[in-house]
Amino acid sequence: MSAPVPAGPVAAVPAAGKPSSVPAAAAAGPVAASSVPIDAPASADPGVGEYQFGFSYPDKSVFRTRKGLDEEVVRAISELKEEPDWMLANRLRALAAFGKKPMPAWGADLSDIDFDEIVYYARPQDRPKGSWDELPEEIRETYRRIGVPEAERKFLAGVGAQYDSEIVYHSIRADLEKKGVIFCSPEVAVKEHPDLVRKYFGTVIPHNDNKFAALNTAVWSGGSFVYVPKGVKVDIPLQAYFRINSESFGQFERTLIIADEGSFVHYIEGCTAPVYATDSLHSAVVEIIALPGSRVRYSTIQNWSSDVYNLVTKRAVAYAGATMEWVDGNIGSKRTMKYPAVFLMGEGAHGEVLSIAFAGKGQEQDTGAKIIHAASNTSSTVTSKSISKDGGVASYRGMVKVGEGLRGIRSRVVCDALIVDPRSTSNTWPTMEVLSDDVAMEHEARVSKIGDEQLFYLQSRGLGEAEASAMIVNGFLDPLVKQLPMEYAVELNRLIELEMEGSVG
Amino acid sequence: MDLVIRNLRASVAGKPILRGIDLEIRAGSVAALMGPNGSGKSTLANVLMGHPAYAVESGSATLGGVDVLGLPPHERALLGLFLAFQYPVEIPGVTVAKFLKRAVEAREEASARAAGREYGGMDVSAYLRELRAAMDFMGVDRSFINRALNEGFSGGEKKRMEVLQMLMLKPRLALMDETDSGLDIDALKVVAAGANRLRGPDFGALVITHYNRILEHLKPDVVHVMYKGRIVVSGGPELVERLEGEGYDWVREEAAAAPAEIEALAAEASA
Ligand SMILES: Nc1ncnc2c1ncn2[C@@H]1O[C@H](COP(=O)(O)OP(=O)(O)O)[C@@H](O)[C@H]1O
Ligand SMILES: [Mg+2]
Repeated sequence: MSAPVPAGPVAAVPAAGKPSSVPAAAAAGPVAASSVPIDAPASADPGVGEYQFGFSYPDKSVFRTRKGLDEEVVRAISELKEEPDWMLANRLRALAAFGKKPMPAWGADLSDIDFDEIVYYARPQDRPKGSWDELPEEIRETYRRIGVPEAERKFLAGVGAQYDSEIVYHSIRADLEKKGVIFCSPEVAVKEHPDLVRKYFGTVIPHNDNKFAALNTAVWSGGSFVYVPKGVKVDIPLQAYFRINSESFGQFERTLIIADEGSFVHYIEGCTAPVYATDSLHSAVVEIIALPGSRVRYSTIQNWSSDVYNLVTKRAVAYAGATMEWVDGNIGSKRTMKYPAVFLMGEGAHGEVLSIAFAGKGQEQDTGAKIIHAASNTSSTVTSKSISKDGGVASYRGMVKVGEGLRGIRSRVVCDALIVDPRSTSNTWPTMEVLSDDVAMEHEARVSKIGDEQLFYLQSRGLGEAEASAMIVNGFLDPLVKQLPMEYAVELNRLIELEMEGSVG
Repeated sequence: MDLVIRNLRASVAGKPILRGIDLEIRAGSVAALMGPNGSGKSTLANVLMGHPAYAVESGSATLGGVDVLGLPPHERALLGLFLAFQYPVEIPGVTVAKFLKRAVEAREEASARAAGREYGGMDVSAYLRELRAAMDFMGVDRSFINRALNEGFSGGEKKRMEVLQMLMLKPRLALMDETDSGLDIDALKVVAAGANRLRGPDFGALVITHYNRILEHLKPDVVHVMYKGRIVVSGGPELVERLEGEGYDWVREEAAAAPAEIEALAAEASA
């Protein structure tokens, strides 16, 4: 597959980056592509000027679908990916469900999303590369500025980099590949490992689970596919990096991780986007299958720019003796709704969610966790820390459910919220549904304000107010940050400092 | 640096607490401040450091000629003012090492700037050496380097930590608010030794206390007694002995014997 298909419903656009008007013929086609150069520097919007990944490059996508979503767009994406019929059928079924499902009636305000104004697919280059040098310069430069190649050299076992809709770069350490570890894009997995994909795809999050999961299932593109064979421990993390470059764009990556019996893997997801005047949508689906005795840790530090709606469905099933850990840091975006879930399906399974949310100016972080105890002797821990500042709203929304007739269930939920100033808001909405008796459940929720005494103490030692409150916020997050790999802890601290800078006092 | 306080009046939550404080602490000298609970001793310390809850109504306070009352707290600290808190707060998750490093760095930078020198950045290994030595001197276990500031510390550990910070920040004028309260003899000696270590022509202190014990070690040059927001008696070390022997009753009587002042107080209270 070397060139986009010029005929048919998808119109190709020259890859040239110079400002060009949309060819009339293409515009007239059912799926017209447009290539509007976008070069808004981060400083274009003073309100979000602190966002350091706000740069962008001219859109040079080799093609993209027209705005809006219908069957033709879905078929175009599937055709372009040369998918088997079963995947197309799955997409179309999900598209129908998307049309029928209502918007969530709770959570963050999503009324600004205009599904007709979004571009659902944009392909930045022809095929993924195995070396950074082969990438188009802008894309290579983007990842260099974000620091991905450097991180790869230093502490990663494999890297996938997605730019708009497609994975543009992929690598995995040779020794892991030899042991049978698979780390590739889901498109490659559909072609090369169809049995695994058919067995697990959509089994944890059904195509009609919720409106945004249905949308993702209809138009998914990119993401990761990970398979770790029995007993294999991947000692250092795999990482996927998601970058939105286009404006008014929807990114719908799809991730499927299968940890076979007794295996271990730590998968890290990072993301950024340029700052535009219009909103983009990021709506991912992540499904994880932790087979008996395995352990999976999935860490995210979401740092989307302040115009991205981040509406993500993440769910894992953990079988007997398996451990699933979500580490979920939400720093960026305009609105986030995300509640990583663990279904504890076998005895001895353990689920853990660590959630960190930072809601600054104009941001709403509606995050939390969902734990379903479906087997005896299972345990779960949810730790949520949120910070709200400059009018931001941080909400914890959690659910712990214990099925009928179970024994030896333990669950502990701790929510800590820190409110930095009186304009900001913190909410806690925990739900518990317990249908068994032999259950030990704890729930603690604390809301604190940055104390005047704490601020004054640090100020009296020579620290300015902004630095003093950043120090208190970092201290508040510290117990969670300690559980991140060092490099990410440093990154998170830095992000928090950026968020805190200059806006206090 | 001289600390000069003139007719300082301050209130908290609309209630007048300091009712005209006049006090001078000459560079290199140590003054003790005593007085019954509720007199306003901590209020004075907080007002001088710039606590936002206290409102200065009138009067002035200068440190080395600089009016400190108009500065934000951190700038007062960078000038060389230090407050050892009566009740140090806990700061979860912020380690002693991290916090003190920033505080020392800020102070070094400000000193360099004040002296017209370029600040070349911190010598981190020298800082750590000094910190370890200061911890050893103060009898603070080195494991405290990585503990969260004051979190879960005992009362005595908190007080030692205050003096440890003072040693590291080398203030020119330290306000020590009941640093000796609740300490056993050994801790008391260590705390006093910490303050004495800084003594010299460039270090002055206002030591707020109820007890002679610490003053035996610190040997203040002058003793002031505060009552109802004013300095009512000042004198030499012999005052301390009298207070220990007789309590504060005679101070109250002495204050009451000044009818003009009582009237002024009454007028203020009803205002
Ligand atoms: N933050 C505050 N809020 C309200 N009242 C205060 C506050 N601080 C001090 N006060 C009041 O001011 C008076 C003097 O208190 P303080 O300065 O702590 O006295 P001392 O240190 O001499 O015992 C007391 O009546 C006390 O209740
Ligand atoms: Mg006091």
